[in-house]
Amino acid sequence: MSETTIGGIAGRMPKFIRRADPAVLTAFACIVLLLFLGSLYSRSFLSPEYLLQQLKVASFLGVIATGMMLVILLGQIDLSVPWSVAVGAMMAAAAAAYGPIGVALAIPFGILCGVLIGIVNGIGVAYLRIPSMIITLATNAVAQGLMVVYTGGFSPQDSATGAMRYLATGFAIPGVPNAVIIWALIGAAMVLVLTRTSFGRSVYGIGNRERAAYLSGIDTRRVVMIAFAISGGLSAFGGVLLAGYASKAAQSMGDAYLLPSIAAVVLGGTSILGGRGSYLGTVAGVILITLLQSILSVMQMPEAGRQIIYGVVIVAMLLLYGRAPASR
Amino acid sequence: MKDWRYWLAEQRGTLLAFAIFILMFAIYTANHPAGFTANVVQTASNKGVLLAFVAMAQTLVVITAGIDLSVGMIFTLTNCLASWLVIGTGLETAFGVVAVLGTGLLCGAINGAIVIYGRLQPIVATIATGAVYFGIALLLRPFPGGSVNEDLADALTGRLFGVVPASLVALFAVVLIVWVPFSRSVLGRAAYAAGSSETAAYMSGVPIRRGKFAAYALAGLLAAIGGLFLTFFTYTGDAAYASGNAYTLFSIAAVVLGGVSLFGGKGSAIGAIFGALAFRTIGDLLFVFDFDPLWQPLFQGVILLIAVSLGAFALFRVRNRLEWFL
Repeated sequence: MSETTIGGIAGRMPKFIRRADPAVLTAFACIVLLLFLGSLYSRSFLSPEYLLQQLKVASFLGVIATGMMLVILLGQIDLSVPWSVAVGAMMAAAAAAYGPIGVALAIPFGILCGVLIGIVNGIGVAYLRIPSMIITLATNAVAQGLMVVYTGGFSPQDSATGAMRYLATGFAIPGVPNAVIIWALIGAAMVLVLTRTSFGRSVYGIGNRERAAYLSGIDTRRVVMIAFAISGGLSAFGGVLLAGYASKAAQSMGDAYLLPSIAAVVLGGTSILGGRGSYLGTVAGVILITLLQSILSVMQMPEAGRQIIYGVVIVAMLLLYGRAPASR
Repeated sequence: MKDWRYWLAEQRGTLLAFAIFILMFAIYTANHPAGFTANVVQTASNKGVLLAFVAMAQTLVVITAGIDLSVGMIFTLTNCLASWLVIGTGLETAFGVVAVLGTGLLCGAINGAIVIYGRLQPIVATIATGAVYFGIALLLRPFPGGSVNEDLADALTGRLFGVVPASLVALFAVVLIVWVPFSRSVLGRAAYAAGSSETAAYMSGVPIRRGKFAAYALAGLLAAIGGLFLTFFTYTGDAAYASGNAYTLFSIAAVVLGGVSLFGGKGSAIGAIFGALAFRTIGDLLFVFDFDPLWQPLFQGVILLIAVSLGAFALFRVRNRLEWFL
């Protein structure tokens, strides 16, 4: 009896819910739970202003996690996010010191630097066959070294340009922060690429089995390299937005984004082994992480407690639905 | 193949790391203003031994074809814990040392349990547990501080008979007590076998799970020994995020320099120790050549990048393109 009613309800539900990944549904359920718990703690938690503010903060993580998702779908990982973010922010701010042309090209220049980091990662992973976690750690260290030398030799300009501030904090459409619009645009582009282009299908194919993808005529190495370049560029763009939000670029600004970006993607149901996952899940993961951060800071949890809760939540959620199949 | 040639082939990575270290250390001491004196050797070994312990920890996990991105944070956590506990009378100090080492073992065991029995990917799992360990370290030491039993600290960081650095002797003792028995035990062989080919090892009835678990747990213990020594050198506990991360990163560099394969099943902790000592020496070369210390992070990053890229030469030996894809 109950089975038929459930079936009946599910049958009447829109198609996209019936086909949804249980992981994505869990993530959305957790968001609702967090909102509920937050509203018990403080009335203003459900106010539109607060929620919009959260969405704005989430969009920085969202842009970065978009790139991370692309790489994770390949079955790889990008650990160079911290300094890609910092390089994007610092280079964009530094470019603004070179007259009006510098100011105009600040944002593209910052993104370009991130793309370069991504290309180095991509060459290492795709052509030199170095494990991605190792090569991206190495490029992260090199990027850090470059920035230390660069800022140490002379103190470059580190304040954000007007355009960066406008992108991060302005309102092109009244009531909707620009950062949210940017995330929506990037997200929409990502969905389109993943589901409607041969590049996107190749990404899923490589994530499932690179050998099979190669034998079906896909230039897997080029696809992997492009994916890493996009990830680097999006990390840097996230850094540009963050610099605009804080109106200043700083060295360690990216450190706080490595674990959350991986966590957001994985909590959203994307398999860490690659080949499986949807962008909707990543959106849910990003919002979930941002809400968690926000609740912890509203509760005035110290940094130590936040780190512990982060780690525990991520391990717990992964144990719930991120496990590899048993080896038999 | 003759016995010694077989041995040579097996130890090639270790011997190469040893040669690199000797070469770099010769360049270092030849250009050091004080020259090759007991003092210079003591300072260098005290610095190198810290990384050597963490690199040994990383080796154990890498041999099983895993990776532990939380070693640096276990190192930081045990440093903070030691700055509270390793103090007071002899008995209290002894209890403190046991407690610190036990904490390290526990952290490693948690990693192992999550990765092996929870079947999570080592990268993500250890990044997450690393965040937890760092959070606990920050709870213990929100600000740098604390102290340590200075008699013990001085004894372990000084010199024996006025010549031999005590830290090197301690490193040697740890190798004899932890690494040698482990690598020759059933569990150690199981860890190697699991890294080489998990399926084949499973089919042969090798206790892969226990072997991998032992590797992760002992990695935590070795990182804790490193944390203990950091406390002995600095006399304080400091929950520094950047330093914990740097040790994780450098441990990977040391492991690669030491000839341990990142794909698992190949290499030894001895090689990683020489890799660590070589990496430290290369990093310090900048100082004897009077470079601005600002260049050190970049220099170390580039060494790491080159070290990991060297593995790519194996690609030239690949005959069938399909072998590109593991």
